Amino acid sequence: MDETLRIKKNRLIPEGGVTGKEKRISIVTGIHGDELEGQYVCFELIRRIEAQKEKLTGIVDIYPAMNPLGIDSITRGIPAFDLDMNRLFPGNEEGDMTEYLAAKIIEDIEGSDVCMDIHASNIYLTEIPQIRINELHKEKLVPLAAMVNVDFIWVHGASTVLESTFAYSLNSRNVPTLVVEMGVGMRITQNYCGQLTDGIMNLMREMGIWQGETKKPRKPIISEAPEDVCFLNAGTAGVFIPHVRHWENLKKGELIGSIIDPLKGAILDKIFSPIDGILFTIREYPIVDAGSLIGRLLRDEKVVKQDKGI
Amino acid sequence: MKKTILYETESLYRDDFRVSGYEFGQGEKSACILGNIRGNEVQQLYVCSQLIKRLKEMEAAGKITEGRRIMVVPSANPYSMNIGKRFWPTDNTDINRMFPGYDKGETTQRIAAGIFEAIQGYRFGIQLSSFYMPGNFTPHVRMMKTGFEDVELAKKFGMPYVVVRNPRPYDTTTLNYNWQIWETHAFSLYTTTTVSIDKESAAMAVHSILTFLSKEGIVGYHGHEGYISHVVQDTDMVSVRTGESGIFEAAVAVGEEILKGQILARIIDPYEGEVKAILKSPVDGIVFFAHNEPLTYADTAVFKLIFRLE
Repeated sequence: MDETLRIKKNRLIPEGGVTGKEKRISIVTGIHGDELEGQYVCFELIRRIEAQKEKLTGIVDIYPAMNPLGIDSITRGIPAFDLDMNRLFPGNEEGDMTEYLAAKIIEDIEGSDVCMDIHASNIYLTEIPQIRINELHKEKLVPLAAMVNVDFIWVHGASTVLESTFAYSLNSRNVPTLVVEMGVGMRITQNYCGQLTDGIMNLMREMGIWQGETKKPRKPIISEAPEDVCFLNAGTAGVFIPHVRHWENLKKGELIGSIIDPLKGAILDKIFSPIDGILFTIREYPIVDAGSLIGRLLRDEKVVKQDKGI
Repeated sequence: MKKTILYETESLYRDDFRVSGYEFGQGEKSACILGNIRGNEVQQLYVCSQLIKRLKEMEAAGKITEGRRIMVVPSANPYSMNIGKRFWPTDNTDINRMFPGYDKGETTQRIAAGIFEAIQGYRFGIQLSSFYMPGNFTPHVRMMKTGFEDVELAKKFGMPYVVVRNPRPYDTTTLNYNWQIWETHAFSLYTTTTVSIDKESAAMAVHSILTFLSKEGIVGYHGHEGYISHVVQDTDMVSVRTGESGIFEAAVAVGEEILKGQILARIIDPYEGEVKAILKSPVDGIVFFAHNEPLTYADTAVFKLIFRLE
């Protein structure tokens, strides 16, 4: 009451106005209210564009808060409904408020030449800047993802559940949509945000939206085979204490961390690397249950192959 | 009756997490009934408690058919219920979006796997379910079109309605869907309420389950036959949405017959007390679902109506 829910958009257009022939990129973040990394990316992107506005030759639509009630209340889903907004797409204009919102969002973004959906892991895990791609859309998306200066591109298997995501809905409507995961929930990691902003500027340049100088993007590791990624789960409940750093190369058998019991002063479990690989996801929130995700490793062979260009 | 622990896992500081099952009779795995999966499904828990009470009496009186086994799981999630949270305490995930589960996966995937292992292979699976929107339902049996659904079987509950609906992407990870994929005839039973106890519809649910089990030769039970169920496709229901937000004052109750043009609810200005909007029925029919919170958002489906069935 006494409040209208509005999803805000900032449209940046060339100084001379639009002709209708410009390319358009949509930058979306905040579908999950506890993921804030995209906030700084939106800010930084606008700052850089405005500083050299004469270099802008396309349309940049920025949506910093798809779930404003969630961001305001530190809630991942949509408050009051406890619904994951990223399981509501493509929505339904005749449905309830949440479905209506989802349908209107898709309607507004449809027609973009590229869309980026920036996520920030959750409060439990820290992620290296990466793009996740449903294998159904890899032909179109992998070349685009390689332009945005991320460290890692993860092509994952198709799953029926994922058909209700924002990215799936747009990709199936021929709007190439890249899902970025980086950093951690409820925090802003400025160096990751800067890295991604460099990448978006580069993508815009490749698309003909930006005529200014951009940095050459780093060459990402691309993983397509499920066996490339190794999941580490807690074997028992306790408090996780890491012994390694994020994005570190590990040898098989190396100690990743311990699960401790503060009540007894005991080490309940030690987690060792089951393979030679690089740790691209690591547990951030210390309290774990049996099964809680501790990290994800990318096999070393994969990294080596990539470097050799195989 | 035999009480067993179907699944358990340790916690760092809380008592162990346990899922208990109550077995009646011996032999063929005939029927499994499951109560709450979410922590706010108090009515669903209550129905199971009443069912267990009745089955105990019936078993003592020799009313469980020889060679038939019934399993009742009153709560798949006591942890969430004990802290008044709908989803899993640590990470807010929904166990009913994790089936068939994965025993080496994350915590709620492991719980789902453990429960599913214990409750699969039954001929019939009955889940007491709830809806994500706050509201009351006309009691009904709901089933998904998976190719394994059997509407004639669902009618044997003798509930007023059988609702058939097409599964959505997110449904593929629910218990009901997976029961069906593993060739259990699965039904979701909706009574009137979720967070509060409604004894009348709970008694109807217990009666309906026993009637069904009796018709399938699993128990000896002689209650009245119940209703001749009307079969409704969910796409045939009419949603009535609010145009305005405010205080919601219903003028009709679930199950009530209504005429086209009849007032269903008034939306009151929350500051000035004036009627801001009047919601009228677009059809002759029956109130199937009604919002039950004192406030409502705009653009929200507050009623679902069934056309009058001749």
